[in-house]
Amino acid sequence: MTTLEIRDLHVSVTADGEAKEILKGVDLTVRSGETHAIMGPNGSGKSTLAYSIAGHPKYTVTSGTVTLDGEDVLAMTVDERARAGLFLAMQYPVEVPGVSVSNFLRTAKTEISGEAPVLRYWVKDIREAMASLKMDPAFAGRNVNEGFSGGEKKRHEILQMKLLRPKLAIMDETDSGLDVDALRVVSEGVNAIKAETGLGLLLITHYTRILRYITPDFVHVFVDGRVAEEGGSELADRLENEGYDRYVTASA
Amino acid sequence: MTTSTTDATGTDRTGGQERGTGVGSDTAVDLTPDPEHRGNGLRPAATTPEQVDPTEPTSPEPVEAALAVVRSYTDSKVPNVSRADRLRSRQVSDFAVPTGREEEWRFTPLHRVSALFEPAEALSGVGVRVRTDDGAVTVSDHGPEASLVRPGDRIAVVAQASAGVRRTVSVPAEHVVAEPVRVDLVGTGGRGAVDLVIDVGAFSKAVVVIDHTGDAQFAGTVGIRVGDSANVTVVSLQSWDRAATHVGQHDAVLGRDSTFRHVAVTLGGDVVRLDVNVEYAGPGASSECFGLYFADAGQHLEHRLFVDHSTPACRSTVTYKGALQGQDAHTVWIGDVLIRKAAEGIDTYELNRNLVLSEGARADSVPNLEIETGQIEGAGHASATGRFDDEQLFYLQARGIRPLQARRLVVRGFFAEILQQIGIDDVQERLLEVVETRLTDAALADPQTPETRRTEETTV
Repeated sequence: MTTLEIRDLHVSVTADGEAKEILKGVDLTVRSGETHAIMGPNGSGKSTLAYSIAGHPKYTVTSGTVTLDGEDVLAMTVDERARAGLFLAMQYPVEVPGVSVSNFLRTAKTEISGEAPVLRYWVKDIREAMASLKMDPAFAGRNVNEGFSGGEKKRHEILQMKLLRPKLAIMDETDSGLDVDALRVVSEGVNAIKAETGLGLLLITHYTRILRYITPDFVHVFVDGRVAEEGGSELADRLENEGYDRYVTASA
Repeated sequence: MTTSTTDATGTDRTGGQERGTGVGSDTAVDLTPDPEHRGNGLRPAATTPEQVDPTEPTSPEPVEAALAVVRSYTDSKVPNVSRADRLRSRQVSDFAVPTGREEEWRFTPLHRVSALFEPAEALSGVGVRVRTDDGAVTVSDHGPEASLVRPGDRIAVVAQASAGVRRTVSVPAEHVVAEPVRVDLVGTGGRGAVDLVIDVGAFSKAVVVIDHTGDAQFAGTVGIRVGDSANVTVVSLQSWDRAATHVGQHDAVLGRDSTFRHVAVTLGGDVVRLDVNVEYAGPGASSECFGLYFADAGQHLEHRLFVDHSTPACRSTVTYKGALQGQDAHTVWIGDVLIRKAAEGIDTYELNRNLVLSEGARADSVPNLEIETGQIEGAGHASATGRFDDEQLFYLQARGIRPLQARRLVVRGFFAEILQQIGIDDVQERLLEVVETRLTDAALADPQTPETRRTEETTV
């Protein structure tokens, strides 16, 4: 059983020499087996939350705490957070020229599990995981994210999640840029990982359509750097019909 | 549509220079002939402006960039002469000792190579050993008149005149040399000069690896004759001890329909300056020049390429990649391509990328394209200098990969394209090992890196 606890989190970014507060006191608890959806209009701080938890150097935590099973996440380096069991599926995965997908995955798996995977199982694991995400086996020989289509990048993120087996995954706008078929494949992949490992999920999305495939237990509406409303999956349905207008108007 | 300045001879030039210690911009030029401008020169497009604002990773719009090109060309007081007019001679007296103000010497620290300017008798500080298990390959000595190099500067002409060893490696026509021929040049501490001839007959195939090791003040000339339809790869490894100096000129002349690859790998030495010149003796030939260099604190590594397209339907690519780290690590890459009037239907592209791994290092990158005919398939260049991409490192670390390992992956990936060209496993592995060892050393020495910070924390 894993618990990610975020308490009164304040985060700033520095732009043009001026610190701007993006997160203004976020409280959130995600446990193993739970799926949380964070929804909100553009610029509400959803992605900032994701990247702050992962430790991106661009974001400065000014106050508050983030703990994973009581361990201070904010004191960890980016790679330590990943090895502690956190995973961030990125909205814009980064190209790493000259580094093949298979080399990258093997290196990451070795770091996360503390030892090199046994080759014959590993090859089989990769092959099966790729097949389940309907990825061409030739993919393994390509350079990380280089020349990948939007859909391929997202599948590659889910592939990593499947192989690295995190305790808790944050998915930042994984649904953006996916057509209906790709969205279904990716969502089924996530559901399968969840059924298999029982991980906790923090799903960040602007639209509700991914929630048709991945049913959230909790929905949090993010407005202006804090949670404006919380509820169950019915809240997502309401947002589907009404949009974010009433929150935006209220905060303005 | 933008156009560049055109001089009286109708020669279009683009030239750009990038000095980078910061985040560089990445620009590419595509000089594919435009039907509207056929016969009227070509459109130059963007190249990198001279000043790169380290805080602003901009990618200039083509129009602005073209203006920047013209400006930097005008401002930099480069003599308005064609690369074709550069002197080539075998007479030492034709070349004065440079002052450092000459265009071709302005980047080189002359005081560190001054020993190489004075003629001497049979310099023997570098020994030559040729290894091959192929009985058809002949190794012989030749006289000064048989050198294939036409010296282009004072050091090359002195080297040719003062060579203690002049050795020819010949491959007969219609013969495939299965295993690479190894030419070991070993420095024993003093001044050395060697002239090599690599002569590969028509329809033959050979790989020659020239490996420079030890310590020396070395000036070398290598002449390469690629027979008609031959396929030749020359790999030149500058694996010198840290104190060595090396100024060299490699001239290759490509026969009709031949294929030539040149790979320069410079990791060692105090000052290394290598001129690589490619000429075409017939149509249909293809040349690929690759380079990899890694400059540590205080090292000066300079690579000067000149591809002279004088015959139709040929191709050329130049791909050089470098990394720099430490105070006063300095690399220079000059990429000159001349497309003469007769060189119709050619295709050329040159690329230089530099990865600056720490403060205090400097990379100069100067692509130059001279085009005298519009009847070509394509001509372009790209140059970029940048730091480690923080987003790449974040991505890898977010998957649990430790910072040092992440840096290794990125650098290994950066160099992979070049290393793969060597095609000789033991050489590739040896070079990769040198590169990775340097990264480890740097990570431990650089207090700014997270690895070191963390070590300090655990000590406390």
